[in-house]
Amino acid sequence: MKKHLMAYPYALWILIFIIVPLALILFYSVFSIDAEGIHFTLEHFRRVFEPIYLAVFFRSIKIAAISTAICLILGYPMAMILASKNLSKKSLLVVLFVIPMWMNFLARTYAWMTLLEKNGLIATIMEFFGVELPSLLYTENTVILGMVYNFLPFMVLPIYSVLVKIDKAVLEAAEDLGATPIIVFRRVIFPLSLPGVSSGIIMVFMPALTTFVISRLLGGAHFTLIGNLIEQQFLTTMDWGFGSALSVVLMLMIMVSMGVAMRYEKENEGGGLW
Amino acid sequence: MVKTALKRIYTFLIFLFLYAPIIVLIVFSFNESKSRAHWTGFTFKWYVEMFKDQQIMTSLYYTVTIALAASVIATILGTIAAIGIHYMKKLPRTIMTNLTYLPVLNPDIVTGISLMLLFILVKFPRGFFSMLLAHITFNLPYVILSVMPKLKQLDNHLYDAALDLGATPGYAFRKVILPQIAPGIFTGFLLAMTMSIDDFVISFFTTGPGVSNLAITIYSMARKGVSPKINAVLSILFAGVILMLLIINNRMSRDNGRKENAV
Repeated sequence: MKKHLMAYPYALWILIFIIVPLALILFYSVFSIDAEGIHFTLEHFRRVFEPIYLAVFFRSIKIAAISTAICLILGYPMAMILASKNLSKKSLLVVLFVIPMWMNFLARTYAWMTLLEKNGLIATIMEFFGVELPSLLYTENTVILGMVYNFLPFMVLPIYSVLVKIDKAVLEAAEDLGATPIIVFRRVIFPLSLPGVSSGIIMVFMPALTTFVISRLLGGAHFTLIGNLIEQQFLTTMDWGFGSALSVVLMLMIMVSMGVAMRYEKENEGGGLW
Repeated sequence: MVKTALKRIYTFLIFLFLYAPIIVLIVFSFNESKSRAHWTGFTFKWYVEMFKDQQIMTSLYYTVTIALAASVIATILGTIAAIGIHYMKKLPRTIMTNLTYLPVLNPDIVTGISLMLLFILVKFPRGFFSMLLAHITFNLPYVILSVMPKLKQLDNHLYDAALDLGATPGYAFRKVILPQIAPGIFTGFLLAMTMSIDDFVISFFTTGPGVSNLAITIYSMARKGVSPKINAVLSILFAGVILMLLIINNRMSRDNGRKENAV
């Protein structure tokens, strides 16, 4: 029995539903179609580099980077605490940490909408104490908050999974050789946890860079990130060429950063996403 | 002592940050008035209204049917594919495995849009079936990546032994291989279900007028502002996902227990 033949229906599926669609995006990004036929053009890519669109790219990268940095600062200590607990408590805490992640991310974002809206809980509580708050919803910081809230577990879990694997004997050796806790952390724990940190950064940065939902719901209708720009091209302005060019640039950005992270992980022997 | 106290406070604050919005959301789904800030009394009214809401019920129906159909088809196709890939030569196997990772790594928005372009170009009507095909596509990797490790653990001699003892290949497959990879298949199925129920972005781009799943309905309602009915839907959805996860987790830990016992 030639068992490897069993992979062919799936190969066909991949061809039709993954490769051809991606090829279509590539096609639309470099060809323009009008009454006279199909022409090769780099016009769509040139438009990507127009100042207003470059500004959107920079804004998206900036917001994604800030969110990632906050996740790292908040998440690293959390991962260390989770990793230091004894076994029975540890698994319970980790499960508790993962559960919110499985709530639909729309739901998590919506939850913040209800908290932050004009007559929401936070405004009401602050009012009770006599504090008038400026608008909480529809600002850049709200979008960053939404990203941190949605993606924090993606940062904590990879770091945690690397930290628990560190051989305790190595830490003891460092201590025996006279290292203070700070030096043990700086010279031993932190370098060993870098593969987890790089996975965490990737896993937060990617979705933060590509989202259009968080920015739409928490940033308002006029808050535009790359994701929103792409969505608009396909659903409102119907400019497939420009939308495809934007998608190609986005894919390239993701692939380059993935490639860097993966090479880095290989050098450090693993880490793994989970 | 100070250090442990600090650790406790930090853990508490992080968990508060993670859970407070969800708890507030669920609590206010039982609130009498429409307010999301003032508690005026306990009620099931929003749950009743939710069940009366035609739009929500239709999208619930689509969510469940598509999730079920997509995960069943993805599980069958994915299991067959995993076996096929497992027995391929090294180079095609590497290519197929990498291609399998592609939709997992690609941004959802790009996957969604690329499928939308495909459906528009081949004039495939967008609606239930286009969404179903899209869901099968993004579910397949999860099934394959759950089944593949089980195949790697498989002892090939057992299959050969079965053939030596006179089993036909089909019989040996059903009686020897299938039972051993069944836990992986089931885990893949549940993962696919969860992913399908949870998906918004890809569904959003591949569906057509009149057909939306719960996530799409929530998005369009939330864009117009908040309503306690959404709180009710989300609470139920959350409870459902937790239930699924408990089952998956239970299965996985039982599986690991077995593995450890065997070693």
